[in-house]
Amino acid sequence: MSKKSFRQAINEALRQEMRRDPTVVLMGEDVAGGQGGSSGVKDAWGGVLGVTKGLQTEFGESRVLDTPISEASYIGAAAGAAATGLRPVAELMFVDFVGCCLDQIMNQAAKFRYMFGGKARTPLVIRAMYGAGFNAAAQHSQALYPLFTHIPGLKVVVPSSPYEAKGLLIEAIRDDDPVIFLENKVMYDDEEEVPDEAYTIPFGEANLTREGNDVTIVAIGRMVGMANEAADRLAKQGISCTVLDPRTTSPLDEQTILECVEDTGRLVIVDESSPRCNMACDISALVAEQAFGALKAPIRRVVPPHTPVPFSTPLEKLYMPSAEKIEAAVKSIMMQKTPEVA
Amino acid sequence: MQISTETLLQSYRAMRTIRVFEERLHREFATGEIPGFVHLYCGEEASAVGVCANLTDQDTIASTHRGHGHCIAKGVDVGGMMAEIYGRKSGVCRGKGGSMHIADLSKGMLGANGIVGGGPPLICGAALSHKVLKDNGVAVAFFGDGASNEGTTLESLNLASVWQLPAVFVVEDNGYGEATGASYACAGNQKDRAAGFGMPYMECDGSDFFAVHDTARDAIDHARSGKGPVMLHVHLQRWYGHFEGDAMSYRAANEVADAKKNHDCLESFRTRVEQEKLLDLNALDEIDASVADEVESAVQAAKQAPWPEEADLMADVYVKI
Repeated sequence: MSKKSFRQAINEALRQEMRRDPTVVLMGEDVAGGQGGSSGVKDAWGGVLGVTKGLQTEFGESRVLDTPISEASYIGAAAGAAATGLRPVAELMFVDFVGCCLDQIMNQAAKFRYMFGGKARTPLVIRAMYGAGFNAAAQHSQALYPLFTHIPGLKVVVPSSPYEAKGLLIEAIRDDDPVIFLENKVMYDDEEEVPDEAYTIPFGEANLTREGNDVTIVAIGRMVGMANEAADRLAKQGISCTVLDPRTTSPLDEQTILECVEDTGRLVIVDESSPRCNMACDISALVAEQAFGALKAPIRRVVPPHTPVPFSTPLEKLYMPSAEKIEAAVKSIMMQKTPEVA
Repeated sequence: MQISTETLLQSYRAMRTIRVFEERLHREFATGEIPGFVHLYCGEEASAVGVCANLTDQDTIASTHRGHGHCIAKGVDVGGMMAEIYGRKSGVCRGKGGSMHIADLSKGMLGANGIVGGGPPLICGAALSHKVLKDNGVAVAFFGDGASNEGTTLESLNLASVWQLPAVFVVEDNGYGEATGASYACAGNQKDRAAGFGMPYMECDGSDFFAVHDTARDAIDHARSGKGPVMLHVHLQRWYGHFEGDAMSYRAANEVADAKKNHDCLESFRTRVEQEKLLDLNALDEIDASVADEVESAVQAAKQAPWPEEADLMADVYVKI
């Protein structure tokens, strides 16, 4: 056990799985970098933010493949390779680039197993960065996990910390279904204790990061940290919160969400994806249908406005959920009573 | 190189099976009993069969919406295919794929595909598997002149060349992408496109089994030997519409009749094996009769086969939830 960054945790997960299983291959734009350059330096980048650094040096060019800037071909190639005996981890760099290759994910990889009557396995992982807070503007900041969650056949992972990232990525690589693994780019330097050995965290099992009596806060990815920060402040004001990290939006641990809401009677959902048809909507519908009777107050969603992600720092700050906004949402429903049922 | 008698007989059988299978579907579709869309491969049989005669189950192919011919040529079970097209539980995909999604990975058949240009990227991946696993396999993408204009296809030609993959890109050029002529929709030409991506280009008459077989053999040998990808451009004519129900008002009145009269791969095959005394025509007649029985049985069995059940709806979305 030692302190590792989110970046190091992912690198270690990839390295350990590649050592364990020779069918695991990596591909993506500049996952190594440097090929064809005039300096002759290999592994020049190791990923645009250095996440895959050193892997080509250890595993060679046949298993760590730099691709042309050509998402449709290599994401499709990863799907085809997964269906024919490899266990590819393809890096899409920014998840926003899915616009260039969605067909290969949505219509090919996700559907092989069902369309082919259960006779295909597509053990594919697509890693991509998501999230605002980096001044990366509208085409490099989206949180598109609802888009993938909407597609049957995909599993969708949104880790909330370095420990979570390592265990969930190893689980993703060993999983036999196509997995979208989304890494919040703002979190790469976050550090915490992470075991040195390989370990897995199962999909579809939410993580209760804090237990309380008054409000359940369900938060996704980077929002888990903000929710815990808000819960700390609220505790000082006598409001006790449960904070739940679903870890995977598909499959979704509906049972634990419902149990927590049954216990607390109040629900706040924190989701940094665009507010229409996002996870906050999905979880709201779940609770409204299956735990309506337990609700003591309306459900609150802490989500961005329905706009593209803005560039300028003050606008981006306004756009993003924050601990302050979560705190305010919780307080707003602590003061409210359930309307009398007529 | 002489083609073996066994290969000739198998290839004739496969071409005849495709022809009878498709013409039967043409008739059955008109009765309204077949759900969904059906795109027929009649007239193009020598392409699928000539290419696949050079492949084994170890090799991989990806097909198109017009996929029945590729499936039969790659050895997918005809009864299972027919049941699939009828949407029955006994279909090769248990009734969940239909005509446009027939696949059998045990035969190296990575699927027909409902998306134009869907196959070439997948074939880059299958070729990568063959290369990394060092199993000596080759991956072949069949796609049409229409799909040759998809970005996915052009990106795949580039990627296959960059990675020097054991892949063959077979452009089945029947002159039409749906209702639009290739002469309108394809800028430049396929030969220059292949050259643009640094790969060898080969072409052949797709109504001549022998021409397809020999050209494909060269293309596949090249890819298998580790020299990188090849484009194989097969010139074809389709005898029916883009899909069943297409009145083909965009084609000249005599175009299909001329193709049937002068470019019938089965007739030219029979003529050639007779002239060169390669096969006994009686053996071919026996195959014709046997294929007719096989397709008849497949249709009858499909019509009587049980439908999928409610429990099948939720099955096989994931390997493990």
